[in-house]
Amino acid sequence: MIKKSFIGLAKPHLEYERLEDTPKIEKIPNPEKVTFLIDALYNKKKALLKKGAAVKTGQKLAVYENKYDYFTSSVAGKVSSLSSYPGNFGKSYTAIEVEVADGETDDQFSQVANKPSIDNISDFLAFSPGNPSIKSFSNSEKPINSIVVCGVDQDLLITTNQYVVKSNIEAVKKGIEILKAVTRVDNIILVVSEAQAQSVSSSGTGIKIKQVDSKYPAALPQLIAKNLLGKVIPAGKTCEDMGICFISAEAVASIGDAFEKGHIPTTKILTLIKKDGSKVLVSAKIGTPVGNIFETLNITVNEKDKIIFGGPMTGSAVYSLDHPVQPDTDAIIVQDKEDIPVFSNYPCINCGECVRICPANIQINLLVRFLETGQYQEAADQYDLYSCIECGLCSYVCVSGMPIFQYIRSAKYELGRANTAEATNG
Amino acid sequence: MVDNNKFIVSHAPFWHDGSRISTRNYNMALAAFPAILLGIIYYGMPAVGVVSLSISSAIIWEFIFCRVTKRSITIGDGNAAIIGMILGMLLPATAPWWLVIIGTFVAVIIGKQIYGGIGANPFNPVVVAMAILMISWTDIFDFNEALINYDLDFAMVYPLAALKHFGVSAVDSFSMGDLLMGKQSGGIGSTFGLGLIAGGIYLIIKGIIRWEIALSFLAGVFITALLFNITDPASYAGPVVHLFAGYTLIGAFFLATEDSSSPVNFIPMLIYGACTGFLTVLIRNIGVYVDGVIFAILIMNLVNPLLDKISPKAIGKVA
Repeated sequence: MIKKSFIGLAKPHLEYERLEDTPKIEKIPNPEKVTFLIDALYNKKKALLKKGAAVKTGQKLAVYENKYDYFTSSVAGKVSSLSSYPGNFGKSYTAIEVEVADGETDDQFSQVANKPSIDNISDFLAFSPGNPSIKSFSNSEKPINSIVVCGVDQDLLITTNQYVVKSNIEAVKKGIEILKAVTRVDNIILVVSEAQAQSVSSSGTGIKIKQVDSKYPAALPQLIAKNLLGKVIPAGKTCEDMGICFISAEAVASIGDAFEKGHIPTTKILTLIKKDGSKVLVSAKIGTPVGNIFETLNITVNEKDKIIFGGPMTGSAVYSLDHPVQPDTDAIIVQDKEDIPVFSNYPCINCGECVRICPANIQINLLVRFLETGQYQEAADQYDLYSCIECGLCSYVCVSGMPIFQYIRSAKYELGRANTAEATNG
Repeated sequence: MVDNNKFIVSHAPFWHDGSRISTRNYNMALAAFPAILLGIIYYGMPAVGVVSLSISSAIIWEFIFCRVTKRSITIGDGNAAIIGMILGMLLPATAPWWLVIIGTFVAVIIGKQIYGGIGANPFNPVVVAMAILMISWTDIFDFNEALINYDLDFAMVYPLAALKHFGVSAVDSFSMGDLLMGKQSGGIGSTFGLGLIAGGIYLIIKGIIRWEIALSFLAGVFITALLFNITDPASYAGPVVHLFAGYTLIGAFFLATEDSSSPVNFIPMLIYGACTGFLTVLIRNIGVYVDGVIFAILIMNLVNPLLDKISPKAIGKVA
């Protein structure tokens, strides 16, 4: 954890991790059981997949009627259970547990692998490493006119996407070509870190390359749109609304690899940050429980430690060692119980640290007073709640130790829920 | 795998820079210490008595209030202690015990707690208390009269009072060095210019007070005093006296910069500081009060919420 320096006048300097040389990858062996989480409410009656069904490696398995509710099995075996799995903010997933056994590899995808199309990508590759966000291409109301391929990681400490750019640039290039061909979007840019800009641009081909600043939070989508594309995302709108699609380098590499090799990639690269702050790059099958990774790497976790999926500023903590690696899990952090910062219920003392560090220029000292009392609508109308780009810096510097970022997220969530309820009732 | 460990789950971010309200306040106490020390050296045990009583009674008032209102006890954050400490620094060493206790009552209860406690006070609690005390017991704050029994190795004259009553020639004897070394009469901890400046710089470097406010306040005092001085050097003292006498320095570093009652945006901070400095000299030169710092800060505290409306536009703001 980076503490405030003696000279507190200077803003905290949070630098993105730089990947200098190609590190060794720790391979995690296949676990006995893997779990896949699908972003859909568990419904036993409507489930197409039944307990006991045999699955093959790389097989696409539809769980519900909806075209996007499928997963790609990273192992062969048989389905041992389907259940509901609670997530953050009242979200509920369907968890499919697969018992691993020896078995063959599926060849469904290889039959279409020679003709890349948007349909093929969205039908087969949505669950591949990096989680390609292809849904936005099928939305005809909001056409996409720029694609940003992120060769940098959005949060601190993580080097997953930088590693992909470093070690698998060919697949990234291939993926970009495919994307260009199937989406007919000409403006595709590859965003890379300062450290990698040189080597990537010297590797040839006509990809547009842009460098992103190494200071957090420059690699967040809204800031990339603003600083590198010159497009300010209006408050409350997403990047997709404005025609910009963000896709990670790993996802593009997955697309490239899939069509090149004829099978769906199922191994996820992730950065594992140990208690002492040392980092290991790990490759694990999607669905591997985090406990298995710890076991392989001899990491002990004790009572009251914290396991975080994602980065230190924007990730989310998980409550069980059974939590599986998902297609978009770029990092896992183990935090010792001694290192967990204490948040308090102290009020804002108006010191203004948050206001001065906020990259979105929000008057957080005023905003937070509304959020504390649950006046979310006022917060949104008058104090720029929706301008927040969710970097978490306000909570990081808060002298009172207020969970400001959580206030903002829950306000957005509550407002979203109220609006949906209004829409359905009204 | 059988594992019954329970993990802590919480929300992002999982890092914190480690700053705390208590650390802030203890640093502030540290920064104020040199100025208090010189006051104690000059004025002896009575000064120790006033400052100690002020700190302890402020803490006790806060404790009582938290108890009565059934809130969690907040004395551990050091804020009440700081309020008491700064109030003690402003008082003359001869202040009677009841004045100190009334002062801390007004500061902690009326100045801070009734608005909802730390961070919710519209005015600087110490300044509210001082304003009420100064208006109610004028004699005690006539430093020349109050400190009449002291015979130190410098002229026991309160420069601002001398200036007001006897004109510019009365303060000619004060050199800048004397003023900086605290060789003037005044509040316990408000005369040692060098100590206050050192403490202020420490707080600025630590990022605890906002340099914009402190510096623009001093600049406001300097420029306004200079303008008065240029127009009529015979009736208005030069900027040096205004900068280093009275409550100017303690005001710049410890009073005007109070978190809750001052702005947080860059331009508002500059306006706030400069206007406070301007009003200070205005009150000193043409008002009825000897020192204008307290009332100037009080007035600008009132304007603060309006000033802070001058803020940069949030990104993506539609309107």
